[in-house]
Amino acid sequence: MTPTLFGRIQTRIFLILVIGVPWTLLVTPFLPARGNPSATDLYPVTFAALAVVLVLGVIVWEPIYHGLQQFRWERDWPTSFALLTCVNEAFVAYHILARVGPDSLVYATKATYLTHIVSTWVIMWLFVIGPIRVIFPRYRFRGGRVLGGF
Amino acid sequence: MTNVPDIISVPSSVIAQLPDPPKDRVERGDLTPGLLATGVWTDEMVTAAGIPIVDVAFVTVGGGVGSFVLANHLRIAGVSAESIKVLTNIDTPWQTYEYLTRVSQIPRQERLRSDSTGMPDCLWAWPSYALREARAEKTIAPIWNVLAEPNWLDYWTPRAGTVFDGMARESARFGWERMLAKGQVRMVRKRQGGGYFTILTPPPGAAPTKRIAYRSQFVHLAVGYPGLKFLPDLQEYRQKYGDRDRVVNAYEPHEHVYESLQRKPSIVLVRGGGIVASRVLQRLMEDRWNHGAQTQIVHLFRTYVSGKNNKYGPAQRKGGDGFAYQGFNWPKGAWGGQLRDKFDSLEGKDRADLYKALGGAHTPKRKLWQQQMGRARTEGWYQTFQGEVTEVRPSATPGKVATVIQSKSGLTSVLEADVIIDCTGLEADLRENRLLSDLLEHAGGGRNPLGRLDVERTFEVRGTRNGNARMYASGAATLGGYYAGVDSFLGLQYAAFRIADDIAETGFCPKLGTGRSLSQWWKWFRHRSI
Repeated sequence: MTPTLFGRIQTRIFLILVIGVPWTLLVTPFLPARGNPSATDLYPVTFAALAVVLVLGVIVWEPIYHGLQQFRWERDWPTSFALLTCVNEAFVAYHILARVGPDSLVYATKATYLTHIVSTWVIMWLFVIGPIRVIFPRYRFRGGRVLGGF
Repeated sequence: MTNVPDIISVPSSVIAQLPDPPKDRVERGDLTPGLLATGVWTDEMVTAAGIPIVDVAFVTVGGGVGSFVLANHLRIAGVSAESIKVLTNIDTPWQTYEYLTRVSQIPRQERLRSDSTGMPDCLWAWPSYALREARAEKTIAPIWNVLAEPNWLDYWTPRAGTVFDGMARESARFGWERMLAKGQVRMVRKRQGGGYFTILTPPPGAAPTKRIAYRSQFVHLAVGYPGLKFLPDLQEYRQKYGDRDRVVNAYEPHEHVYESLQRKPSIVLVRGGGIVASRVLQRLMEDRWNHGAQTQIVHLFRTYVSGKNNKYGPAQRKGGDGFAYQGFNWPKGAWGGQLRDKFDSLEGKDRADLYKALGGAHTPKRKLWQQQMGRARTEGWYQTFQGEVTEVRPSATPGKVATVIQSKSGLTSVLEADVIIDCTGLEADLRENRLLSDLLEHAGGGRNPLGRLDVERTFEVRGTRNGNARMYASGAATLGGYYAGVDSFLGLQYAAFRIADDIAETGFCPKLGTGRSLSQWWKWFRHRSI
């Protein structure tokens, strides 16, 4: 992967909206949780987590990754990095969510959070390393930008 | 003096060019002095010369990987096979490429220096070659490799044979054979009133006339290297002493060298610090270990890289033991990331400077090669030198060639060898290719900051537009333009996108959008004909 900063941001927004949101809708009712909450009780938690990943990613993480990328001669971002950054992002997002999360956070456990975030991340990653090129065939040539021309 | 040709012959140049007719005697169906001297032709001029005219919307010249990828793209975008003509003198689109890789020590079962997603047989590059190999060979090793590269494992690259087999399969799917017309393209000239005439010389006896003119709205030139050359000092030696046995080029057949080395202990001088040098060294070393050769290797670098080298921004390229290390022929970001954007934004000298900053000879740092070189150094039969060659001449010792070098410190020394293998892959000037030379002279083509064919960001050849007709070029001849990775599978795919999108803007065909991309990918995946 050879993203540009703008490409990174576009890709993140696209992935969360197009993959993350439907997946969250689908998976939330089946997540492990404390007590016996309904899906409606858990949705605020999982969507809040998704929102944190989105906002934090755009404002903080992507600029940091972009900065680190400048130290790589190839100006690339290996596929493994794109997967492993789940670790730092999930960790920070968890702590932020614990402080500013919605009231229904009482239903969520670490397992709720991790199952949701890790599964969402892996699906988004699987999508971006291959199938996205079928939908946006120019994607790989324009630094991860989804919109616009070359 | 022996007559030794300057340019190394490759399959795309083996069909002999017919000489232009003498001015006082022209056969029917041949070029006339009037046509030769005129930049813009009328239909009447061509007809008067007796040259038959074939109408087709799109002509691609070359018939190699560049033509294949673009024709494939256009077919996927919705252009009919009848609207495309591929003018070529090779039998398969990978023929020239396979020739060059084979002689430079990459037979079919060996791996190329190409990314898993540089796929001439798949516009979308998904599933990639790594996934394909994993499925075919029932192993997850290639998948693990692409996940762990380049930090923990070497870059995964496909076997040459995988690429050729894939192209064979894809060519049947999109009707490649139906689009072919065999022969040598002599020239492309502008047509008065719009469009171009592409003059094809069919193989002797294949057509009733000596030439055929293809009249088209679009022309695409993908003729590969203008030519490959020896280093000037080696060329001079070959010409002066008529010796073609002791001085060979890695891009010409030189199997006899390896065979003779297995029979007789010899000294080989390897010149160059790129991937071809690495390949040749691997062959020489393995022949020593596996076939009993007693070869002493002398490796001459013009620039000896002992550590980190070229710097760009805060990053530096790694290097050591003489070599600069880089996975592919440009940093990866040049194909579709920050560096692509940077090249795209620069003009003239600024662009040439970026080429220089990121260029130079380099080779991938592969674990196998590192081990082999380490062992060779330990065993004492591999030595490296740095220097500029000042002269190559026959040695006083019979049967040997002496190379006089001057090191950076000014010290002069003489390297004696039984054989010299030139691995530098020096490329010839555009003028060495008759078609490109004609383009510069008569059709408005020009040169870019590196002296190659000047193309726009869309790969349209600058200066050749004719009304609503457009001429494009892709591949090695366009190096120096707004895109660096032109001489690669992925680069040819990029060029195909830019060209096809530009053609779509003229209204000739639809631009490939998400809907068609999805439906065509599904077709490709099930291997259904277009």
